[in-house]
Amino acid sequence: MSVATATRTGLESIVVDHVSKEFRLQYHRTLKQMAVAKSRKQKISDRFLAVDDVSFAVQQGESIGLMGLNGSGKSTLLRMVNGSMVPDRGSVRTRGRISGLIATGAGFHNQLTGRENIYMNAAILGMSRQQTDARFEEIVEFADVGRFLDTPVGVYSSGMYSRLGFAVAVHVDCDVFIADEVLAVGDKPFKKKCLAKMEEVRRSGVTLFYVSHAAGSVKKMCDRVLVLEKGRLVFDGDVQEGIDLLEYDGDDGDEENDDEVLGADI
Amino acid sequence: MTDVVDGRTGGRHRGGPGDVAERHGLAHVPLIDPAGSTGLLEVLRRRYLLSLLVRREIKARYLGSRFGLLWSYINPLVRFLTFYFVFGIIAGRGATVENFAIHLFAGMVIVHFLTESYSAGMRSIIGNKGLVQKMAMPKEMFPVASMLVSLYHTGPQLVILIGACLVTGWDPDLVGFGAALLGFVIILVLATAMALLFSALNVLFRDFGRLVQNITQVVPFSVPMMYPYELITERFGTGIWHTVYMANPVVEAVLLMQRGFWVNTTGDDQPAYVESAFPADLFQRGWIVLACCTVFLVFSQWAFSRLERRLPEAIG
Repeated sequence: MSVATATRTGLESIVVDHVSKEFRLQYHRTLKQMAVAKSRKQKISDRFLAVDDVSFAVQQGESIGLMGLNGSGKSTLLRMVNGSMVPDRGSVRTRGRISGLIATGAGFHNQLTGRENIYMNAAILGMSRQQTDARFEEIVEFADVGRFLDTPVGVYSSGMYSRLGFAVAVHVDCDVFIADEVLAVGDKPFKKKCLAKMEEVRRSGVTLFYVSHAAGSVKKMCDRVLVLEKGRLVFDGDVQEGIDLLEYDGDDGDEENDDEVLGADI
Repeated sequence: MTDVVDGRTGGRHRGGPGDVAERHGLAHVPLIDPAGSTGLLEVLRRRYLLSLLVRREIKARYLGSRFGLLWSYINPLVRFLTFYFVFGIIAGRGATVENFAIHLFAGMVIVHFLTESYSAGMRSIIGNKGLVQKMAMPKEMFPVASMLVSLYHTGPQLVILIGACLVTGWDPDLVGFGAALLGFVIILVLATAMALLFSALNVLFRDFGRLVQNITQVVPFSVPMMYPYELITERFGTGIWHTVYMANPVVEAVLLMQRGFWVNTTGDDQPAYVESAFPADLFQRGWIVLACCTVFLVFSQWAFSRLERRLPEAIG
């Protein structure tokens, strides 16, 4: 195993071993179109490697920043770590309960109310009714959706929707927390609240898997950075070096100072 | 920058009272495959989640409807009356078969349960796209939940059936109850197997739904409910076509249901009907069919586990 951190003591939390995931691009929808393409000797489908032979191991309590440009395979990798997708080659092993958000959404059901979705989502993440009851107040308070709690989430604003998703995920008593672009939506106060909560989760010894384009928050939250480029793991190590590799620092510093706000203000 | 460094080391300290690894005894928790699942067994283990999914679907079915569950009574009643008029009165079937309405309805209850289960089950995974793509959970949950929702809606139909039986003079016996129960269990197992298989196939081949619509068209006519079983023995005797006809597990299930409900309303004619309207080896056939459906369920689970890994990306 090409695992850089194997020498660290403690429990392994996530072990990703030579994992690849291939997707098929289908160019035609119907059999007729396919037959025509075939007769013209055109390709009917193509394959591309979304994740290409990635290996790393994470110790319990570590917080990892996963970085890379759009389409570099971050979400695919996370889906394999949380178990919603299966690798084509290699293996993923995790320890304990995983919670978190993938690609901001939480898989809510639009016709159900906020309250019902909280119970549903918590149940999917492995919480019993009693466990959810015990944390319900906290979740509602954190989500701050007010009187919309008993209306269908279909009418929620996108901010409310993602607040509720994050609130449920972060209050699940988990061992690994996945945060994929959680700060992409939501206003500044909520972003601050999220970061503070994630910091709390991290300090409690939960393994944090954090995806963000915001270099500032990665610097603040993470003690190690993985960088993906076209599906390959091109960097695994020090936070600043990883960010430098992506040259995020310079770019973001000029625009709106959003990163600086998230990185230094709190 | 200094507080960044502090933050970094903060996460490194372990062993405190609030530490997750200690609280959850993680040292004794093995590393596992996060996508690993034991299929239907896992569904049984996570009954709480299953119950939430079932309740959600029951609620969603009559969302915004003013009559709500009443439609579960009205729909089968209308269907029943239509068939009754066409086959019982216009086609004159009622003259040769006593209480033809119950003969028909006893079969319709479970045929409808079956078709509803696999149609809803077939759509269940696509309908839960958001969950399938983002959350790790046994995907068998969805077709099983659809089957249970259909089972729930079979309740009102059974109430109508029993009501009709009581009105016409029902004389229930233990053998009949056993027969009806066996017929119901056959359909339950078959419905689960079909829902499971169809839900995965429908994601991978979107034309599958069209094919299934045709199956649904054929099923009600492939069983002896709109016509008596006698008709089959008259036409086919006990030759190869009879065997082919009887190979359909729904036939046995419908006959068993009729054994439980219809035949017990025929009063003095009952012994004659038991003789002519059912095959002599009905119960043996029933058990064999149940065994076959169970094997089919095991096969469906096996196929589902094979196809499952392709679902999150195919669902696009």
